[in-house]
Amino acid sequence: MALPGERIGRRVTSAKFRAFLLGFLRLLFTLIITFLGLTAVTFVIGRVIPIDPVLAIVGDRATEDVYARVRAELGLDLPLWAQYANYLRHLIAGDFGTSVITTRPVLSDLLEVLPATAELATISLLIGVLLGTPMGVAAAVYRGRWPDHLIRIFALIGYSVPVFWLGLVGLLVFYARLGWVAGPGRLDIGFEDLVPTVTGIITIDGLLAGNVAVFMNALRHLILPASILGYQAMAQIARMTRSFMLSQLHQEYVMAARAKGLSQWRVVWVHAFGNILVPFITVIALTYGLLLEGAVLTETVFAWPGLGLYMKNSLFNADLNAVLGGAILIGAIFIALNLLSDLVYPLVDPRARIG
Amino acid sequence: MNVFARYSDYSSWLLAAEPASRLQARLGGHYRNWLTFRGNTLAMSGLVIVLGLILVALLAPLTGDMNAATHQVLANRLLPPSASHWFGTDELGREIFNRIAYGARVTLVIVTMVALIVLPIGVGIGTAAGYFGGVIDVILMRFTDVFLAFPRLVLALALAAALGPGIENAVIAIGLTAWPPYARTARAETLAIRNADYVLATQLQGASSFRIVSRYIVPLCLPSVIIRLTLDMSGIIITAASLGFLGLGAQPPLPEWGAMIATGRQFLLDQWWVATIPGIAIFFVSLGFNLSGDGLRDAFDPRSVT
Amino acid sequence: MTSSTLTVENLNVVYPSDHGKVAALRDVSFSLGRERLGVVGESGSGKSTLGRAIMRLLQPPARMSAERMELQGRDLLTLPDREFDRLRGKRMSMIFQDPKYSLNPMMTVGSQIIEAYQAHLRGGRAQAYRAAVDILASVKIHDPEAVMRLYPHQVSGGMGQRVMIAMMLVSAPDLLIADEPTSALDVTVQRSLLTVLDELISERGMSLILISHNIPLVATFCDRILVMYAGRIVETCVASRLSEAKHPYTLGLIAALPNLQLRRDRLPQLQRDPAWLAS
Repeated sequence: MALPGERIGRRVTSAKFRAFLLGFLRLLFTLIITFLGLTAVTFVIGRVIPIDPVLAIVGDRATEDVYARVRAELGLDLPLWAQYANYLRHLIAGDFGTSVITTRPVLSDLLEVLPATAELATISLLIGVLLGTPMGVAAAVYRGRWPDHLIRIFALIGYSVPVFWLGLVGLLVFYARLGWVAGPGRLDIGFEDLVPTVTGIITIDGLLAGNVAVFMNALRHLILPASILGYQAMAQIARMTRSFMLSQLHQEYVMAARAKGLSQWRVVWVHAFGNILVPFITVIALTYGLLLEGAVLTETVFAWPGLGLYMKNSLFNADLNAVLGGAILIGAIFIALNLLSDLVYPLVDPRARIG
Repeated sequence: MNVFARYSDYSSWLLAAEPASRLQARLGGHYRNWLTFRGNTLAMSGLVIVLGLILVALLAPLTGDMNAATHQVLANRLLPPSASHWFGTDELGREIFNRIAYGARVTLVIVTMVALIVLPIGVGIGTAAGYFGGVIDVILMRFTDVFLAFPRLVLALALAAALGPGIENAVIAIGLTAWPPYARTARAETLAIRNADYVLATQLQGASSFRIVSRYIVPLCLPSVIIRLTLDMSGIIITAASLGFLGLGAQPPLPEWGAMIATGRQFLLDQWWVATIPGIAIFFVSLGFNLSGDGLRDAFDPRSVT
Repeated sequence: MTSSTLTVENLNVVYPSDHGKVAALRDVSFSLGRERLGVVGESGSGKSTLGRAIMRLLQPPARMSAERMELQGRDLLTLPDREFDRLRGKRMSMIFQDPKYSLNPMMTVGSQIIEAYQAHLRGGRAQAYRAAVDILASVKIHDPEAVMRLYPHQVSGGMGQRVMIAMMLVSAPDLLIADEPTSALDVTVQRSLLTVLDELISERGMSLILISHNIPLVATFCDRILVMYAGRIVETCVASRLSEAKHPYTLGLIAALPNLQLRRDRLPQLQRDPAWLAS
């Protein structure tokens, strides 16, 4: 026969599990709705707004039945919601349409250019987090004194300056005038196609192939755009971290921790910083999203063959499928980032856990 | 009567500890906030920059007439900054100083138009969601979340791809992606006051929902929404410039700063001023809005920690 | 003659403000032996500031200055920050008013106590764990091992205060400053908390500074009482002879206390004399 404590324990566990399941389902539901919304918007942009896609295919001298036939083929005679359903079905199957320019499926084009953008965005985020976090914390701890003022001004410049302009100025100064870094593009022409593409990230591929020269050259090309984007990320992260830390540092538990005789370092980083992990993670996810979004601009300036440059070129070549495909991909990554951070919250904050 | 005596009269009237009328109290509150703002040097510098922008835009004709901004004098191509051409000339011989000044007008127009789109939509949706609650709230907030999930620039790109380039389309694109945070803010404020006694009293008197929301709730949302807007301005300006840089947004020969950077890019190495100076202008204006926005937030909400 | 635990001479704490400097503490002097000292006063009298000043927990823009401040003969004023950290928790400790706010919401109760132990005492984690369980038991918490795993938001107010006491006493300080320890608790819970505190302090022979606005509480719990008004000490007296107090402010406070035995139509109101500000 079960002891009283045991029985209660099991009941509590199943209630906990139910709560967790509900939370997970709610999250999933939000995810689906957001994705549907995203695709609905791109669908509307793609089908409803532009000029007649049938004409674009048959030309304006086609006969009536050719027109009607092509229209039926494209599924344009169906009601709008059916068209949307078709659209969704294709998307989920991975069919983002065909690129007018490369004549390849848009999805494969997108996957080919994605690593370049991911490389740049990830390194920039790393720089931003590694430098921006201590800066934000220091600014909060030394509030009102010169480190605070210095960091605030540094961050203020970072989020007031247009990143594409900063990129241009960076190229002008560090590439043209000083020659410290390599110019636009990911590799000098002589180094192209020297290593097999494993991940699509040239620095890693270079290391994997043991080709140090390629690695170094790729690094010289990476450093300027990564620094500039990293500066943007750093400014954003420092600013938000400072704000979060300030609201923690005058809480009573911080004073109590000091009263316990803990070192300043421990009070600031274990106690105060530990309590801002949730909004901090949110900011990181947001910043990564911003970096991806800014990819269009940075890649244009640095001729970086990633997702952003692909979308811009598609735009100017009137390749609507490619542009919308890229928009969906980036939107999907945004949504995934949000989901990821939602999943991480309970791991770092006991109050976010059920029970 | 001595002017200063009168001023100290107004000042003490506004700051009176016991205001005699609601108007006096309200004006006094604004005056106090203004004093806090004025004490903040950085915020004041920001305000000066913003006012400077407006001034430059208004006085642009003084730098040369409108056509001069688009009038080409090829003999004067790509001249460096000098006493006669303060910011130098661009690749078509146009005076850059002149173009920057008129570009200020373009910037102001874009910013104002975006604000005119974003505020009604954002505040409207936010207050409706907060006031009516229930299913309406859920639907409206899901709708808002969808747009929040959108990367701003990317959506603008997609819209530009569909609608074609042009300044109106850029404004629409930015507006459509910028409104969600305002809806969120407005909703949060509405939720805080929805259950206040005076709102309930007005409901009992039979006022229509529209009247309650527009007369009582919206005015209380406005301060935080405006602060948000000021802080957001820099982002809007940079997004607009980005679109201009990419060739969407304002089309040549309109002197939009972002587009100027794009065309100046080809000459970056030797005639750096063509691309660099418009960027400095963007930076400055963006900085000004950020500083003022921070100052406004400090003045209006002492709870917010800066 | 027992050596003095704490000696304070002419302690001043000043805050700058738009209207000139505001003094939170003015020329405060007292000494404390192995006894219980109560500090009473209304809000703004400076009593909480006093506790924090002694513990060097005041933050800028507050500015503290004193002629003399010694803990067990050691000079506190010139001690560098790092060494002061070691003093806090080990020689003197402080408990706060509301455990909802003064315990770290992200760490378990047990880990916070262990942290306090390991900051000052040698020994591995196992030893710290045992010490934590033991001290939780001594503050009369049932099933301390289970409570160790709880988070602050999962414990009640009374239990939270006991956890706080445990946390601050686990490294065996000689002086405890209690800043309104019962003010956030229900009346019934207050009593049991005070009992726990009483036992621990007597057992360990600690000195106590009890800061409170509750005069009857302080009168029964403490040996001596300091009465504070506008940042100054206006009266010092032995607790049992509180009714013989001399300063009009103290007498006014005592008279304003509601008394169930004494029937009155109106409670006397404290009449403040501006002269008290200048004493």
